[in-house]
Amino acid sequence: MIAQIRHTSRGLHVFRVVSISKQEIALYTANASWARFVRLCMGGLDVRELTDKVLRKVLDLGASYGDIRIVKRAHEHIGVKNGKVESLSSETEEGFGIRVIADGSWGFASSLMIDPDEIESVADLAVRIARASATVEHEPVKLAPVEPAEGSFKCPVAIDPFEVPVDEKIQLLMDADGIMRQTEQIKVAESVLNFWHTDQVFASTDGSYIEQSKTESGVGIAAHAASEGETQKRSYPADGGTEAQAGYEFVQAWDVVSHADRIAKEAVQLLTAPQCPPDVRTLILEGSMLALQLHESCGHPIELDRVFGTEAAYAGTSFLTPDKLGNFRYGSDIVNIFADSTLPGGLGTFFFDDEGVPAQRVEIVKDGVFVGYLTSREAAAKLGMRSNGAMRADGWNRIPLIRMTNINLQPGDWTLDEMIEDTKKGLYAAMVGSWSIDDKRLNFQFATEIAYDIEDGSLGQIYKNPTYTGITYEFWGSCDAIGNADEWRLWGVANCGKGQPGQCMHVGHGVAPSRFQNVRIGVISAENE
Amino acid sequence: MLGEDKALEILNKAVGYSDADMTQASIGVGQSSLTRFANSVIHQNVSEYNAQLAVKAVVGKRVGSAMTNKLDEESVRSVARKAAEFARNSPENPEFVTLPVPQPISDVDAYDARTADYSPEDRARDVAGMIAEGTKLGASAAGQLSTGYEEYAVVNSLGVSAYYPSTMATLTAVMAADTGFGYADRYASRISDINPIEAAVEAATRSVRSKDPQPIEPGEYDVVLLPYAVTDLVEALSWLGLGAKSVQEGRSFMCGKMGEKITGENITIWDDGLDPNGIPRPFDAEGVPKQRIDLIVNGVGKAVVYDTFTAKKEGRESTGHATSAVGSPYPLATNIFMRPGDSSVEEMIASTKKGILVTRFHYTNVIHPILTLVTGMTRDGTFLIENGKVTKPVMNMRFTDSYLERLANVEMISRDTMRQGWTVVPAIKARGFRFTGATEF
Repeated sequence: MIAQIRHTSRGLHVFRVVSISKQEIALYTANASWARFVRLCMGGLDVRELTDKVLRKVLDLGASYGDIRIVKRAHEHIGVKNGKVESLSSETEEGFGIRVIADGSWGFASSLMIDPDEIESVADLAVRIARASATVEHEPVKLAPVEPAEGSFKCPVAIDPFEVPVDEKIQLLMDADGIMRQTEQIKVAESVLNFWHTDQVFASTDGSYIEQSKTESGVGIAAHAASEGETQKRSYPADGGTEAQAGYEFVQAWDVVSHADRIAKEAVQLLTAPQCPPDVRTLILEGSMLALQLHESCGHPIELDRVFGTEAAYAGTSFLTPDKLGNFRYGSDIVNIFADSTLPGGLGTFFFDDEGVPAQRVEIVKDGVFVGYLTSREAAAKLGMRSNGAMRADGWNRIPLIRMTNINLQPGDWTLDEMIEDTKKGLYAAMVGSWSIDDKRLNFQFATEIAYDIEDGSLGQIYKNPTYTGITYEFWGSCDAIGNADEWRLWGVANCGKGQPGQCMHVGHGVAPSRFQNVRIGVISAENE
Repeated sequence: MLGEDKALEILNKAVGYSDADMTQASIGVGQSSLTRFANSVIHQNVSEYNAQLAVKAVVGKRVGSAMTNKLDEESVRSVARKAAEFARNSPENPEFVTLPVPQPISDVDAYDARTADYSPEDRARDVAGMIAEGTKLGASAAGQLSTGYEEYAVVNSLGVSAYYPSTMATLTAVMAADTGFGYADRYASRISDINPIEAAVEAATRSVRSKDPQPIEPGEYDVVLLPYAVTDLVEALSWLGLGAKSVQEGRSFMCGKMGEKITGENITIWDDGLDPNGIPRPFDAEGVPKQRIDLIVNGVGKAVVYDTFTAKKEGRESTGHATSAVGSPYPLATNIFMRPGDSSVEEMIASTKKGILVTRFHYTNVIHPILTLVTGMTRDGTFLIENGKVTKPVMNMRFTDSYLERLANVEMISRDTMRQGWTVVPAIKARGFRFTGATEF
């Protein structure tokens, strides 16, 4: 499930398909800011001593496993709309969560009060909850083994966004806003900046003690044009903005001001553009749209907890059942998909997941065949595997779930221009409009902000309200051209929803524009089918 | 619990620490616990104690906000000063007029000690009962049962001082009988108003009936929508166009339609945060009292809802529909009621020559806001109706349709309504629902 699509674009952060080595991870190690977090959070207490104590306690209470995460997160948000600062806010939150297995079942409890007494009391509650879970008949939870890990890890940023003066950040948005509103019929111009900083300690009864720290930045602008009975929108760099694990340099590089006039004019053009016709056509998807396609139709169904039914009552299950592993044709021969939590700058990049499993690359689709899942220690054990490190929690008050890391489509050989030139009759669809997919991730329908007719190898007129729909494996099976490494970008999705209570995760998708054959487009109503 | 005195004390301190011209402080604090089950086992079981202290500071016409979940003296001082600092650094917003002034607030009884104190063992016992009912009927159980309390309070420098505690219990059940799925959910302020066994039986029975679904050709069908599906229509209308913000920005279906017919005459929709038949709350995020607002009456667009910012922009008063104490103003009708009719689901089915019975929708999303054009899937129990009878389960279908247009074609409305979160809706029968695709299960 996803609330918005986020991404990066050409010209910036050309994140290649590479992994960083353990040596490179070591280079990122930094302790200075972490020490400050420890003092701030704990009033001078030794965090390691505290986590050791609580982990001993849960074992003494009879738990067979326990872990604790202490998290501090800061978020700054600036929203400008129609020349006015509509929202300017700073939020800090901190707390801890304790997860245990007792009597073979899970329990989790959390609190905002990081003090030794509260931690003891919450540990009691976590074990009590696990015991309550165990009163319902069950197979005892088994965890795949993991090597204990220790260390402090921090991703570097060039410019700390929290140190950039607020008025400078507001001015950037005001400049873009002013340009968008110079175009008549722009009813609403809006622009946003978001910055997050997260510090986390993870410690487990398996002997891990891991400190991680990250900074994320995001920017976006949008122009809404309206006339009687019609409204149309264009965004940059993506619908709702785009984010990366980076500093303010990421915002600067997007240069939103330079794109403000273009998107405003395009939004107005869409007001009078013809409706996207119903047809079955060759479809070329722009990168940010393809990123969401990959997210919904590949990223979610490969979450092994979904496959085992643990999300059945909410987001749903998956068509990629274990009997399909290694033999199901997910896409055409040229489709290769991999997960990689080590890509620099990715929203799904980290050093260790929230079970202490190291970041890694995982093959998902190889030459069109489905070959891999995203896993946790519990889910992997059910298939006799080791976890590939996809357990992530949205803050201190949520349990980790299997979440996408950076899910990527391996680049092909084509440029976007070559793809268009090679298309006789088609549609080039760009930027996410809306999204919907069934609860096993088969039937999807997406809308884009804009689409261009392709006639005899050239882009033609624009269409409003474009949509396309299909069945996941048929769609990827029709993929006959994938953009090359120069066209490949790592996009961010900053609000991927999952779980009850709800969790919102930041994940990444590396893609290049790609082409699909015989796609049903223009589904708006029964009249124009 | 903090209690009223402590909550207001924290907020008064926050307001006092701010040196802005006007300051508003609000707090939401509470414990919530959720027991989740799947494959007839409790697989996730969590509890959290959290808070959010939010301060909005106004200097002239400059507005800034800051939030924290820490309630100690230093954090309260720090968050208040951060909000004031942000306000001073912000450009003027000429449309800002004022924070709300105090108004009398009705008493609302939305707190139940048993629900607040419901234990992990209580929830496990209820879940065990649901799982057992599923097993009896041949279905595997998934779902969640959550209980908890929240204290919410608002204080501002103009004299607003409001507090209320509330409790909430929610239950969902998705049962699977081989290829069949069934759904039920329940919402209440009091756990005693929820019968987990009855909900489990509803979901399990539906799952057994929906075994071996058959493919069906998409197209236009008459539909009988259970309240689980109807709530999607009504809530989408609320956030697409029944708030003042979307009207002021020209993006609402209500633009230019006030006083005009926008649905069938048999559709009346209102918002009432004080009605105990819903989930009542006495005031909104700014401390403005709730009241009944008639939104659509006999098919005619009558009103939209306001917070203080959007109201002052039009020289009127807030209707008590601020959804957030800080951030962009986006007033919403969140306690929506749809007027019941005089029919029943059974009578709707009996009156249908050929149609589809839809239990609920999944992953709906808006394609065009003014046209209220939405796409989504059916889920957890979709059936074919032929000659007045449910004849077989069918595979799920995708729809792409205008919600307003469908509400212009409602033939029957049930006399019974159901609480769906903060929304209360009946079942309906509508003509010509547009299914545009199908899936494989």
